[in-house]
Amino acid sequence: MSTPHQRLERNGIGFALMILFVASLGGLFEIAPLFTIENTVEKVDGMRPYTPLESAGRDIYVREGCYACHSQMIRTLRSDVDRYGHYSLAAESMYDHPHQWGSKRTGPDLSRVGAKYSDIWHVAHLTNPRDFVEGSVMPGYSFLLENRLDTQQLSGALTALRRVGVPYSDDQINHAARDALRQADPLADYEDDLRESYGENVQVRDFDGQPDQLTEMDAVVAYLQMLGTLVDFDSFDAEANNR
Amino acid sequence: MTNSERVEIGVIFAVTFLVFLLGVAILGFGREAGYVFHGWLIAIVAGWGLMNLINRLNDTRPDIPHEYSDTVIKWGVGATFIWGVIGFTIGDILAWQLAIPSWNGDMSWSNFGRIRPMHTTAVIFGFGGNALMATSFYVVQRTSRARLASEVSPWFVFFGYNLFVLLAVTGYPMGITQSKEYAEPEWYADLVLTFAWVGYLWIYMRTLANRAEPHIYVANWYYMGFIVVIAMLHVVNNLAMPVSIAYPKSYSLFSGVQDAMTQWWYGHNAVGFLLTAGFLGMMYYFLPKAVNRPIYSYRLSIIGFWGITFLYLWAGSHHLHYTALPDWVQYLGMTMSVILLVPSWGSVFNGILTINGAWDKVRTDPAVRFMMVAILFYGLATFEGSFLAIRPVNTLSHYTDWTVGHVHAGALGWVAFISFGAMYKMVPWIWKREGTYSLRLEAWHFWLALSGTLIYVGAMWNSGITQALMWQTYDPDGNFVYAFIDTVDAMRPYYFARAIGGLLYLIGACLGAYNIYMTVNGPRMAPVSDANRPILQPGE
Repeated sequence: MSTPHQRLERNGIGFALMILFVASLGGLFEIAPLFTIENTVEKVDGMRPYTPLESAGRDIYVREGCYACHSQMIRTLRSDVDRYGHYSLAAESMYDHPHQWGSKRTGPDLSRVGAKYSDIWHVAHLTNPRDFVEGSVMPGYSFLLENRLDTQQLSGALTALRRVGVPYSDDQINHAARDALRQADPLADYEDDLRESYGENVQVRDFDGQPDQLTEMDAVVAYLQMLGTLVDFDSFDAEANNR
Repeated sequence: MTNSERVEIGVIFAVTFLVFLLGVAILGFGREAGYVFHGWLIAIVAGWGLMNLINRLNDTRPDIPHEYSDTVIKWGVGATFIWGVIGFTIGDILAWQLAIPSWNGDMSWSNFGRIRPMHTTAVIFGFGGNALMATSFYVVQRTSRARLASEVSPWFVFFGYNLFVLLAVTGYPMGITQSKEYAEPEWYADLVLTFAWVGYLWIYMRTLANRAEPHIYVANWYYMGFIVVIAMLHVVNNLAMPVSIAYPKSYSLFSGVQDAMTQWWYGHNAVGFLLTAGFLGMMYYFLPKAVNRPIYSYRLSIIGFWGITFLYLWAGSHHLHYTALPDWVQYLGMTMSVILLVPSWGSVFNGILTINGAWDKVRTDPAVRFMMVAILFYGLATFEGSFLAIRPVNTLSHYTDWTVGHVHAGALGWVAFISFGAMYKMVPWIWKREGTYSLRLEAWHFWLALSGTLIYVGAMWNSGITQALMWQTYDPDGNFVYAFIDTVDAMRPYYFARAIGGLLYLIGACLGAYNIYMTVNGPRMAPVSDANRPILQPGE
């Protein structure tokens, strides 16, 4: 007599379907609930979508593959929290398509690098890391200073982000290129407009030390300087959000 | 030509035409040089495919010989070694960049972040994927006693798949990437892979359906698992919204914590089903053939197969311990990862015990030695994997080189060793040679690869544990003893050791490629007279 498995071995399609069924269980039970369970992502004050300039900076971070050496995820371990700051909340990457939590710290974690260093430091360090940090193994990114930022595709980028769930308004999408220029305006003439549109924690200034042009360096530094600065931790109740 | 063949060519023609249109749209609307180049690449490959399909349709009576279809396998062997040498070379360049950072060149296309995915894609998908496709086409025919069920689809699969790898690897230095680890290619390359993969599944199932053996052999279970599960993972993890046809850029459908969990569900099972299940399929055919012994235990095969198929998919969350992922998912992932050791070691014992009675071959035949050591590394890497998945252990290993060492114990020691062993057996078989060109070169390859792997993995264990301990060292006042850069300085000797280990491995692989090349160019076996030759080989 043949066992059930021997019968299965005689049926190619049946075998393949059985594989699909057995293999899909893990994802169904572990991933699917994350989309429905309400408290997967905390409710916090201060989180907002990226401004067009920050979003462009994030695209460059993604393009250069920074995740290969830098994490953006502070774990709930004392040695992580003491070195990098408050542990990362799920809410802090809720607008990150895709996430950049990373898996390797050849360099330090960057999830709260914002406001830790000056713009000048970032620009000089990105241009030639070993000028500032002796022994660093990071590559230099001087070309970011020379590349003008392509603002033409920002509206399209924000539209695509809205389609996957980031709440950008029509106004924000239509004026994406203009808003990017305004955020890097050295005189900050339109600071109030930007803050009204994106929130009080938007930083407005020339980031790359070249006030007359908008470069990829502006975008990257604007992105780095806001990392981890959004959430208001004074109003965050850790106990209530224990998951 | 039968009707079903006409329908098949029609479907493949339609799909290839779609891909061709995609290429034309990209080269027409694209606004970035690299992206337009990719448009040309897609259009040229698809257009060339279309011309071949038309020729095929006009060819009224194409001969289908009464023998196994091995030509596409030969191309697969070539692609395996070409991508292998490219991937190992880039890997070693990356290793030297970490040891000597000025080797980055500080140019956009040459920096570590951009070429690191070139290495991972070239070795995982280029080397590993082609090795799996080539051997799976070999195994499914022999164990089913059936010729590949189509004359056209295998070529569609081979060229479609390698077009995907080429698009991926050439895209990264130009900045075209999603930066989702091991799933970096952008949406249009993902589409190409999806089409090729559906073709792969179809040809595999069709050939199995034509089998002259009542039962499906265990090696095919693993190859099927590999094909089916990779299809599922690839589609779900790469769901994304392109900005427009004018740009390669897209944004993933999921964000933050859900994206992270989906990503590591994918990432861990790319390891589980591409780098493990597929290569176990390879082991289950080539090892018993090489040592001329039956598989030790049928029951262990069943436990091992379904255990891996069920458990692996739950284990991905161990990449996210102590993160913002809800704790219950982390604990569930840890638990399943630990249990996963049971079916993994079931396969290890099944492999090692199969060699019983033929251990002399480990000494005399370097190909068998490759396979035997591969199984030991598989045992080591799966034990280490379950160990590192335990939360407190993970606090030490995560974010450090220990993870890198763990991956390479599996990739260099298991995946590549079993592939080299299988290739050294399969190449003389399909090209009808007496044996490989040189057993001495094979042995040199083995020892170079083994010492390279041990140096590599040893260096990464040391650097990983050292760095993690330095990160966690406090003085009595509760301050950190080491700044981050101090822990980077401490890595320097290990980075050099790793680069040297990688270099040894690369030299070994080059010797292997040369040996294969000389085998193919060498004399054929004395021909068997036609009267004695069976139409199809007996079930193997």
